[in-house]
Amino acid sequence: MAKVELTRHLYAFFPDLQGRSIEIQGATVAEVVAGLETLAPGIGFYVCDERGRLRQHVNIFIGNDRIRDRGRLSDPVAADDKIFILQSLSGG
Amino acid sequence: MAQRILVGTRKGTFLVEKEGSRWRARLAGHAGVGVSFAARDPNTGRIWALLGHGHWGAKLSCSDDGGTTWADAPAQIRYPDGARYIGQEMYEDAGSEFGVGWKISTRPATLLKLWVIAFGAPNRVYVGTIPGGLFESTDGGASFELNRPLWNHESRGGDLFSGEGVGETKWFGTPASEGEFAPGIHSIVVDPRNPKRVLVAVSSAGVIETTDGGKSWHSRNKGMVLDHQPDPNAEWGHDPHYIEQCPTQPEHIWQQNHVGIFYSNDGAATWIRVGKPDEGVHFGFPITVDEQDGRTAWVVPGHSDQRRMTVDGSLYVARTTDGGQSWERLRTGLPQEGAHDVVYRHALSSRAGTVAFGSTTGNLYVSEDRGSSWQTVGNNLPPIYSVRFA
Repeated sequence: MAKVELTRHLYAFFPDLQGRSIEIQGATVAEVVAGLETLAPGIGFYVCDERGRLRQHVNIFIGNDRIRDRGRLSDPVAADDKIFILQSLSGG
Repeated sequence: MAQRILVGTRKGTFLVEKEGSRWRARLAGHAGVGVSFAARDPNTGRIWALLGHGHWGAKLSCSDDGGTTWADAPAQIRYPDGARYIGQEMYEDAGSEFGVGWKISTRPATLLKLWVIAFGAPNRVYVGTIPGGLFESTDGGASFELNRPLWNHESRGGDLFSGEGVGETKWFGTPASEGEFAPGIHSIVVDPRNPKRVLVAVSSAGVIETTDGGKSWHSRNKGMVLDHQPDPNAEWGHDPHYIEQCPTQPEHIWQQNHVGIFYSNDGAATWIRVGKPDEGVHFGFPITVDEQDGRTAWVVPGHSDQRRMTVDGSLYVARTTDGGQSWERLRTGLPQEGAHDVVYRHALSSRAGTVAFGSTTGNLYVSEDRGSSWQTVGNNLPPIYSVRFA
């Protein structure tokens, strides 16, 4: 199962996830986000818009690599991958 | 007398309550988050806050304990699959002899902003959004649906769910949108006598009415004029900034428009322009009408369209008690030099003779004598987006 790490900003909205080790089964990033939604209902709409696209100022990394498909989140995920869901820095 | 005010700001929701003779503001929730509007449903007591998280999108938040604790609403606003709208934009085009192109395109809708919430009959909740959606709930907010007859209105290109429509929209855009230039619904007025009659106002299209509970919609722009289009009497393209209805005299409706102040005493069937540009009562964003007397209204004027700030650095509220025939400029208690406040469309409100407003420079003022004199509640709040009595 992939390990998921979230920006601390998301813990402010979903405090029940704070301090937990998040591991989710999923073959693609979309499946991982769907699994995260099961764990914390509502979080999917924070990460993606209603069309399922990654929000403009949110980034997802698999390991050190930024995902390529921001529209459908189809990037493949391996069982030992580490997924980071982070906010973009949008100007200082 | 009204004793509690909800204030939506760029950095959270504030509650303003009277303690002894003083009004005091305290942060009630959403610290660090933009709150475009906060209001209390009079049917349930639930307080709603319309959040703009920036990175994380717009969310509905509510409190059932008077603002002590908050949670995301169980039903969030989402445009349904297939919801599209017509947008217009200029773009760089090196291949054009002009260097730029002008593109009209039909695009899928995603939520850019939650702009206003309104309440009608019990369990009826309405939310106005950018891009131009009216979302309705018939179960107190447990679920919301896009009003499709308004979304598919002929003035914005017809039904784009099932086809390509007519390919042209008469709804333009507002810089208040976050992300792209798109139209927005900022005013929702439910007739207290007849909940099937609802008026909405759109930047920048105009005022639109339904009398059959949202099944059909018709423009209500007669008498309004356009200073920014070749045809001043065109049906569409108007830019109401805010409309408000007198709850006890619902035929009296007031409108602060981009081109001045308009008043209707026949339920928005016709409008008359009633500002006094020569007296500094013309341009602005908010307007509020007295609860009991439909001829009494307040505005916070700015200098002009070109100079959206106070007139000569002095802040005043203008009040009419005769349907706009005459206006008083009320200055007592307000700063008269070095003040450059801008007051947004939702940041002025009245209840039972108490009037309150807040500015983008974080100043909040309350008057308990119908605007004749003002008390400063705070000078260091975040930029203020909305002020509503709770």
